Amino acid sequence: VSAPRIGVVTFPGSLDDADARRAVTEMGGEGVALWHADRDLAGVDAVILPGGFSYGDYLRCGAIAARAPIMDEVRAFADRGGPVLGICNGFQILCEAGLLPGALIRNASLRFVCEDVWLRVETSRTVITRELTPGETIQIPVKHGEGQWVATREQLEQVEADGLAVFRYSAEDGQLRDDTNPNGATNHIAGVRNAAGNVVGLMPHPEHAVDPDVGPTGGQGLFASLFESALAGTTA
Amino acid sequence: MTAFTFEVLVSLKPGLLDPQGKAVEGSLPAMGFDNVTDVRVGKHIKLTVEAPDEAAATAQVQEMATRVLSNPVIEEFEVLEVAKA
Repeated sequence: VSAPRIGVVTFPGSLDDADARRAVTEMGGEGVALWHADRDLAGVDAVILPGGFSYGDYLRCGAIAARAPIMDEVRAFADRGGPVLGICNGFQILCEAGLLPGALIRNASLRFVCEDVWLRVETSRTVITRELTPGETIQIPVKHGEGQWVATREQLEQVEADGLAVFRYSAEDGQLRDDTNPNGATNHIAGVRNAAGNVVGLMPHPEHAVDPDVGPTGGQGLFASLFESALAGTTA
Repeated sequence: MTAFTFEVLVSLKPGLLDPQGKAVEGSLPAMGFDNVTDVRVGKHIKLTVEAPDEAAATAQVQEMATRVLSNPVIEEFEVLEVAKA
């Protein structure tokens, strides 16, 4: 089996692009560097929008990056069913681009959070959770100041009715408690998907959770799922 | 073509936490201003548009405000025309 080619887009102010490519390599894939100003995805099998502070969070987090030239290609790739994963700032970009519902605002605590959190997997019907089981919990770090997911009433109703929440911040045993919600996200939502399940965004950082030498390994299953989706060339 | 100058005022929707407003409000009592509530901090965007007429310019600014200058999920906006060259 050939290694899946996973594109990672670098925007001005991206920070975790190299980490994302490294995680892809560590997990047995090929990380491909993509550039925000290009209109070219280099024929990759999946696209990651990495974390960071694109354009210094000017206007709103992810707002300028969402209108970058490469995003036209990402949108077309997503429309064809291609797997797209947004991590942290990448999640903010996908929401700003209208590819995912909701928006990310300042943490309810008003403080930057940087810690390992537990996530309860809500669905396996996405390109990054197909190898996981609904109800299981995984540990992955968060590090953000604006990660509180909010939505309009109509969006929230649709997200819950259609099962578009992919992860919720929980305790290790899967319970949802106030003290397991690091940013005050609505209904503890840490990540959402589109209707088809091929576009997913989450605030926690799976690329920082693949190497057992440096912390939890909850990101491994997400990359394994992404690779399988990328090689299948279809949605989950 | 005429140059029309606009101001776009963007604010968080009522009910959404505004941390900047909270912080500013929290600083006021220490200065003796202990009668201030409901401080909200928004964005003020000034821009000039070249357009054939005022209606076209206004329509374009409204569209830009909806599509990029504000995020309708969390914000509302107001467009004010301030000058025409």
